[in-house]
Amino acid sequence: MDSEITLRVDGRRETLSVDTRTTLLDALRERLGVTSPKKGCDHGQCGACTVLLDGRRATSCLTFAVANDDSEVVTAEGLAEEDEPHPVQRALLDNDGFQCGYCTPGQVCSAVGMLDEAKSGWPSYVTEDLDESVELDEDEIRERMSGNLCRCGAYANIVTAIREAAE
Amino acid sequence: MTGATRATSQGPERVEGRAKVTGTAPYAFEYPVTDPLYLHPLRAGIARGRIASIDTAAAERVDGVHTVLTHHNADALNPVGDPELAVLQSDGIDFRGQLVGAVVAETPEIAAHAAGLVDIRYERLPHDSEFRDDANIVYTPDADASPMLSPDLERGDVDTALAEATHTVDVTYTTPPEHHNPIEPHAVIATWDDDGLTLHDSNQGSHLVRDLLAPLVGLDKERISVIAPHVGGAFGSKGMPHGHVALTVLAARRTAGRPVKCALSRTQMFELVGYRPPTRQRVRLGADSDGRLTATEHDSLEQTSRFKQYAEQSASASREMYASPNRRVTNRLAALDVPAPTWMRAPGEASGMYALESAVDELAVRSGIDPIDLRLRNEPEVAPVSGLPFSSRNLVACLRQGAERFGWHERDPRPGTRREGDWFVGTGVAAASFPSLLFPGSLATIRHESDGKYRVEIGAADIGTGARTALTQLAAEGLEVPFEAVELRLGSTEQPNAGLAGGSAGTASWGSTVVDAVRAFRAEHGSDPGEGVETTAGAAGNPDLGKYAMNAYGAQFAEVRVHADTGEVRVPRMLGVFAAGRIVNPRTAHSQFLGGMTMGISMALHEHSVVDERFGHVVNHDLAGYHIASNADVGSIEVSWVDEHDPHVNPVGAKGIGEVGIVGTAAAVGNAAHHATGVRVRELPLTPDKFLR
Ligand code: FES
Ligand code: FES
Repeated sequence: MDSEITLRVDGRRETLSVDTRTTLLDALRERLGVTSPKKGCDHGQCGACTVLLDGRRATSCLTFAVANDDSEVVTAEGLAEEDEPHPVQRALLDNDGFQCGYCTPGQVCSAVGMLDEAKSGWPSYVTEDLDESVELDEDEIRERMSGNLCRCGAYANIVTAIREAAE
Repeated sequence: MTGATRATSQGPERVEGRAKVTGTAPYAFEYPVTDPLYLHPLRAGIARGRIASIDTAAAERVDGVHTVLTHHNADALNPVGDPELAVLQSDGIDFRGQLVGAVVAETPEIAAHAAGLVDIRYERLPHDSEFRDDANIVYTPDADASPMLSPDLERGDVDTALAEATHTVDVTYTTPPEHHNPIEPHAVIATWDDDGLTLHDSNQGSHLVRDLLAPLVGLDKERISVIAPHVGGAFGSKGMPHGHVALTVLAARRTAGRPVKCALSRTQMFELVGYRPPTRQRVRLGADSDGRLTATEHDSLEQTSRFKQYAEQSASASREMYASPNRRVTNRLAALDVPAPTWMRAPGEASGMYALESAVDELAVRSGIDPIDLRLRNEPEVAPVSGLPFSSRNLVACLRQGAERFGWHERDPRPGTRREGDWFVGTGVAAASFPSLLFPGSLATIRHESDGKYRVEIGAADIGTGARTALTQLAAEGLEVPFEAVELRLGSTEQPNAGLAGGSAGTASWGSTVVDAVRAFRAEHGSDPGEGVETTAGAAGNPDLGKYAMNAYGAQFAEVRVHADTGEVRVPRMLGVFAAGRIVNPRTAHSQFLGGMTMGISMALHEHSVVDERFGHVVNHDLAGYHIASNADVGSIEVSWVDEHDPHVNPVGAKGIGEVGIVGTAAAVGNAAHHATGVRVRELPLTPDKFLR
């Protein structure tokens, strides 16, 4: 069964008809040619497909495109300005926070969403004082970024990069 | 030999860095192609037997299904000596998950749905998928048949030396099957049209893929292009093409030029693209009262598949590591009805050095000698078995500098005596070594472009190593032009032939090629070359090859905490100090070592592909069940290296760095866990239950 939906993707308005079984990730990658979000597992287990969905980080393989009519999707590609990468991207470049780069767009979107969550005072499993504002130390960043696997093992550099970008 | 260097951010940023952080660097499945079809593989549901019948009618009736391929209608492939590539050539089944067909359809959803409608009936045969030491399945691999294999080794009289030794250990370590799990799944787009066959593929060597596919499908090499400029991790699993590539090519032959896209699912990757085989290793060490080894014995048993031999040789880690007058090294294989194992990051060394370096730690405990001191006392003057001098060997410097940095000298050697709150705390050390290899036969083209830039082309692969950046640096250095004046192209058969990204040999093999090709270019065209002139050349042979033993070394230090009640193991701190010749790009080299150590922590603590022997498959076949280290599993990791000038190893002076970082990590963690708790776990991974038995 097909259904017509409209998405805003990295600021562009896209109307398309999708199979109701199509995930948001596949709609982006296979239908719209937006391949910045990556597919690592298709099961919500790796984080490579993370995008900002209506401003919050989300694994786009775990939601059907048809359930996201009228939503706003921002990918790592959309976070960068024409000549200037987003501060999180800049910090990843400065700290070599990636190797093969396949998990990286997901790490970028996840970090941007995570910084926003922390700013809004959302606690994590390792937050000790729930009444204070969140201080993003290394343990907080590690915990909050653990939904994004990196098999190349760039975590230590990713954490440094995010700390830098958070400042 | 001067002081230690800590990598910070020296060295140019990755050439493709911006494209990667924005996600615009195209990986295999992302190539824009017109009007593609999608392939969903069909896999065997039994571990051994044959297909009695396969009914595809219901699948074929689904709207949007283009073709259903099975062994009944697939084209014949020529045998090329790799049974994994002989897909759909018979009704036989050699392992559970084997490719037995494919549905090709207009969309991935239709293909997946229709695949579920194919009805396959089997004739089962009894299978054996249980890894064990059993004469019925164990054999000695034929070392004469393969230059890659070393035969058993016997020097001196091990048994007498063990009987007379002051200190002995006799221990058996086991390691489980592990899967590479690059985050980019194996993927290929195959287009077969009037121009020939084009593959956008995720691999470690496009030329190798082409060289294997050409005879398989009976096409001239010139009519096949393989393109892979960006690869989302590989770790050995993309070294040789696997069955899905042959399957997709078979399908593409049927689609009148329409591209066929195939990406394996995470679960399929647990069946079809190889894994590190499980091992059972017995290590016996004998030492005199000063801790000098008098006997070293290492016997390894590893899994292979019955339908395709893969012979890992973990015991060979003990051939050249330490001085020992008496030595025995044997490698055996157990053949089972399972998928074929393959190279996985430091194949042999990762498992073998885990066993050896854990056993050495046991000897240190037994003899009351500090583990670093014990290793220093057994440092060989020349390579023990071959008698060759080392081109350079700075293991001692790594251990000494590491000890200094890590604060080793404050260590109280008694195990199980430090507790902080609910946690037992300990530290451990292990050595690492990895051979410095060079694959001959690569070519590079250097061209002076009309815009004044130099274009360098070499069919190498950048699987995340930073090869593109390091080769650009080497070319710029040789040409004596700024980094920005060189544009390097790699990853495709459109460029001159280059060997595989494997064996940590990239910078050595391709780097030497680029360095020598640049020299040839300058010799031919001088320092002020005309527009459009070019030279293609390979590396001159290394006259020192065979005259020296060539290895990279390292020392791994770990702090480990084990929870007193739950047995949870954490690694808050690691330090690796390496000696690997010239470090071309400190920034990306740092990441290589870091990545190796991180994967080593993962190997130590988490990774285990659990096989259900009743069915012959991996039960935890996804990233939820098969845990790889996540961000919160990794603490502080410090990486450094000693300055090492090695004039013999190759023209670049660089040793391989992609694999040595994982070697020894698991042993250092295990040794630290023993120091923390007094419990010696000899079975990876170090899961909580093993500390509570
Ligand atoms: S692809 Fe979505 S979480 Fe892995
Ligand atoms: S950079 Fe390769 S998986 Fe993270």
